[in-house]
Amino acid sequence: MSAAETALFEGRPFDPTAPLTPSGNLRRRIAVSRFVQITATAGAVFAVAVLVIVCYGVAVRGASALSFSFVLQNPSGLAGGGIFNALIGTLEIVAFGALIALPIGILTGLYLTEFAGPRSRTARTLRFALDIMAGLPTIIVGLFVYGLIVIPQHRQSGFAGGVALAIVMLPLMARSSQEVLLLVPGSLREAADALGVSRWRTVLSVILPAAFGGILTGAILATARAAGETAPLLICDSIFNPNATQLNLFHGVPSVSMFIFTSYDLPLAQAVTRAWGAAFVLMMLILIANVLARVILARSRGKMGR
Amino acid sequence: MFGLCALAGLLVVLTLVDLVYQLLRNGQPAISKFGLGFITSTEWKPNFSIEGVGAMLYGTVVSSLMAVVLATPLGIAIGLYLSMMAPARVRAVVGPLVELLAAVPSIIYGFWGLVVLVPFVDKLEPGLHSALGVIPLFGPASPIGIGVFTAGLVLTVMILPIISALTRDLFLTVPTELKDGAAALGATPWEVIRGIVLPTTVSGVSAAVVLGLGRALGEAIAVSFVIGDVTAIHKSLFEPGSTIPAEIANQFTSPVNSLHTAAMFYAGLVLVVIGMLTSVAARMIAGRFDVTQRVI
Repeated sequence: MSAAETALFEGRPFDPTAPLTPSGNLRRRIAVSRFVQITATAGAVFAVAVLVIVCYGVAVRGASALSFSFVLQNPSGLAGGGIFNALIGTLEIVAFGALIALPIGILTGLYLTEFAGPRSRTARTLRFALDIMAGLPTIIVGLFVYGLIVIPQHRQSGFAGGVALAIVMLPLMARSSQEVLLLVPGSLREAADALGVSRWRTVLSVILPAAFGGILTGAILATARAAGETAPLLICDSIFNPNATQLNLFHGVPSVSMFIFTSYDLPLAQAVTRAWGAAFVLMMLILIANVLARVILARSRGKMGR
Repeated sequence: MFGLCALAGLLVVLTLVDLVYQLLRNGQPAISKFGLGFITSTEWKPNFSIEGVGAMLYGTVVSSLMAVVLATPLGIAIGLYLSMMAPARVRAVVGPLVELLAAVPSIIYGFWGLVVLVPFVDKLEPGLHSALGVIPLFGPASPIGIGVFTAGLVLTVMILPIISALTRDLFLTVPTELKDGAAALGATPWEVIRGIVLPTTVSGVSAAVVLGLGRALGEAIAVSFVIGDVTAIHKSLFEPGSTIPAEIANQFTSPVNSLHTAAMFYAGLVLVVIGMLTSVAARMIAGRFDVTQRVI
């Protein structure tokens, strides 16, 4: 064995049967890499554990308050009964908000993808406005609607709450429909153009059907987000009869999130239990909606062959 | 059809313009009375018609910064783990789980924070004080575990899913050829991350962090549950404090006079300006990211 070869193996005689183990600088680099990987994994495990603890905490405390009568009865007294009127109220307000936000959101998405050029100044302004709107603190949206509707009408109402939730939903809806519409293959538009179909007809009969699953997913996600909002309702729709069902949107309408918010002020253990029950129901509804949206998205992707 | 779509877009822009107008109009009495001194004055005494948003501004910024400082490394760790290290099965379960947690409403985080986290923080504070008491931020423990520190922790838990989901998606966009190329040249997994993955996504990751910051700055309900609602500046994080949105949530339903309501609209305006600045910052940072992506 030559001197050069001995030097190569750091003074050890060459042994072809020895296991290949890193040494020197490589060993250090691998150790550093291992260390970082373990740290990242530990960080991820810790963070996921924290998040799971939150859900578990709500589930355990909420499940004990849960029963059929809890969901089907109105609240009675300070701490008895259930959350039927709050559920109905949330449904009313969110449905009303969705009725405003979904069409406008989809139309905005269509404008951005089908009618405005991607580099046009209007499109850029609009996208910027949507970004700002999505980043608005929801309590600010509440203040806005308070000035816009509650002050002129001299009363808080489910109507004002619904408008506020619509403003929360609108940028989410516009952005998700824009993203889905961009995924519709350009060849479909070109084929329609080649057949001499007018633009609006292409949109209605070709593009929207192709993007339907994705748009539906966006709609469900936006609605679920709005259903959990508290701050706008606190500002615009927090004066109502807590023990009655209110079907008229122009009066104060109770909601699940306001129910939880007001319950913690009450110095009664049962009121807190009731609030946990409501929190659990709200969380489950929102999580189920999210899972549903995901399933629909996966199915529509499958259909479009992606 | 074009008309309808353009109308919808116009409505979006008009809504934003009207939003600023409503805040200005309803805040007008406070704006003309306090002027720009409102932002720096730390006295908030609605009963005496003395209103300044300085202390709340401090609380807003400190609690949000704390959340970002804690959530950024953890979020990036989750993002890296999910995009590069986790086995496929873990990825399929944990990935959607993290996204689901971003959907949990703030009222639930607030309620959970008050009932579960506050007693835990109460036990944690003495230890933190004795270990890190040299830094004025970690002063003597508060009596019941309510304060800026607790608010920062709740905000951390709230923005963690956002940062991790966004960074994971970013890390997944790094071209496989680049990563494999680096590995083929003998780079260890960490060197691939440090040399390829992080540099190509750095502006996207920063934008994700700024988005998380924006969310934390505007959070009203969850913070109002655990921060203690005291409009004063304390050096220690364990002291109670307040943030602009939390203060609006606490006091808007029971104002002492019309000037108080106007001051809250003015405070809202200050918050909107901060929020818009973070949105613009996120957009500018992310915009540069698009450029780097196109180059690759």
